[in-house]
Amino acid sequence: MSKDHMVLGTRKGIIVAERKGSDWRITYDALPGIPVPFATLDPRTGTLWATLDHGHWGQKLSRSEDMGRTWNEVTAPKYPEDALVKPDVPATCRYLWVFQPGAADQDGRLYIGTEPGGLFISDDDGASWNLNEPLWNVPERMEGWFGGGRDFAGIHSILIDPRDSQRILIGISCAGVYETTDGGSSWALRNKGMRADFLPDPNAEVGQDPHIVVMCDGQPDALWQQNHCGIFRSTDGAQNWTDVTQKDGLANFGFAAAVDARDPDTAWVVPAISDEVRMACDGALCVCRTQDGGASWEALREGLPQEHAYDIVFRHALDLDGDRLAFGSTTGNVYTSDDRGDSWRPLGRNLPPVYSVRFV
Amino acid sequence: MPQVRFTHHLRRYFPDLESLTVDDAATVADVISAVNDRHPGLADYVLDDHGAVRKHVNIFVGGRVITDRTTLSDSVGNADEVCIMQALSGG
Repeated sequence: MSKDHMVLGTRKGIIVAERKGSDWRITYDALPGIPVPFATLDPRTGTLWATLDHGHWGQKLSRSEDMGRTWNEVTAPKYPEDALVKPDVPATCRYLWVFQPGAADQDGRLYIGTEPGGLFISDDDGASWNLNEPLWNVPERMEGWFGGGRDFAGIHSILIDPRDSQRILIGISCAGVYETTDGGSSWALRNKGMRADFLPDPNAEVGQDPHIVVMCDGQPDALWQQNHCGIFRSTDGAQNWTDVTQKDGLANFGFAAAVDARDPDTAWVVPAISDEVRMACDGALCVCRTQDGGASWEALREGLPQEHAYDIVFRHALDLDGDRLAFGSTTGNVYTSDDRGDSWRPLGRNLPPVYSVRFV
Repeated sequence: MPQVRFTHHLRRYFPDLESLTVDDAATVADVISAVNDRHPGLADYVLDDHGAVRKHVNIFVGGRVITDRTTLSDSVGNADEVCIMQALSGG
């Protein structure tokens, strides 16, 4: 069954849209003026969760039991007193980048990925949080992880294998992809085949910059990542990655990615001009789709502005639900599609910068 | 007893917050602890994970900005007013 709500995390709070007949309509907002890096639903409990980035008052966590109309602040993660980002730099929670509910067989389990690189886990539905020490203590972290776009490394992707909740993949910018198969007791780098053009050794095992990593729900060994240096795909559960960037084409630099839940060969990205510019390509907004595992890409433009567009779509601001897609941009535009991206309709054109879009 | 005054911005998150007096407070750390007892969670708005003053928060004692933003050891006298303010940022 299709999801009938869409929750947007924006620079100016939460915006909720509802499906009305054949279209979406914005119906209410909440937390006005407070930046919301990420908001999503825990389908096990029906609770909406939002991470908050107060300019002055720090990083907070909030939950809603009425689909985002009202919110209650709850305990946010804190780094332990002895945690150091670098020698002599105490670790403090600088950004709650992504929130991930646990698997169906993990009552009360929640995950949060943060800058400066800590993975926090709650086993009591958010009443308390603990830093995952095995990941924080991997020997390469202190020297090999670093900030990309943010001051320090941050976790933006948390993927739980639907076949085995003890197997989790995370994406860190900048470090790369890590895998645990024992519920977080140990972690291993999974960056074979990746390329980091900004490192002295582009094939270095650590220091890669995935912008987002997504998993095919129906075939969890199929993974895609929009990386700083192109688009990469794995068909063996992140053991190996293959560069599927469109050579001399649009599907190259970007932040967001989505993969079809049933067809691991079909994926979408929203391209941008590479890192030193960060604008829509040629002033025209488009979404690129592949239906053959990245062998070829098509640019989908119907309904999207084709001149004077400066939109960038951040890493959590593209989502997919069956044949429906939605994305929000840095210039406050949100577009939806009911036909797998063939055509797009605007949901809002004067919204705040959009950080996350989720069908719920 | 020192009196504590707060930026009005904090009232959005602590609607009952008013100026108040605290007992037995010799340092800024004592003041924040006492305030947090009355308004649980407020310390997390003013201080970071390790108890240091957040970057964009200022605390004044007797009209002067505190010097120890890490352990909050500045002394507080009975006649002092402690002001917890939001630092200006962004113009």
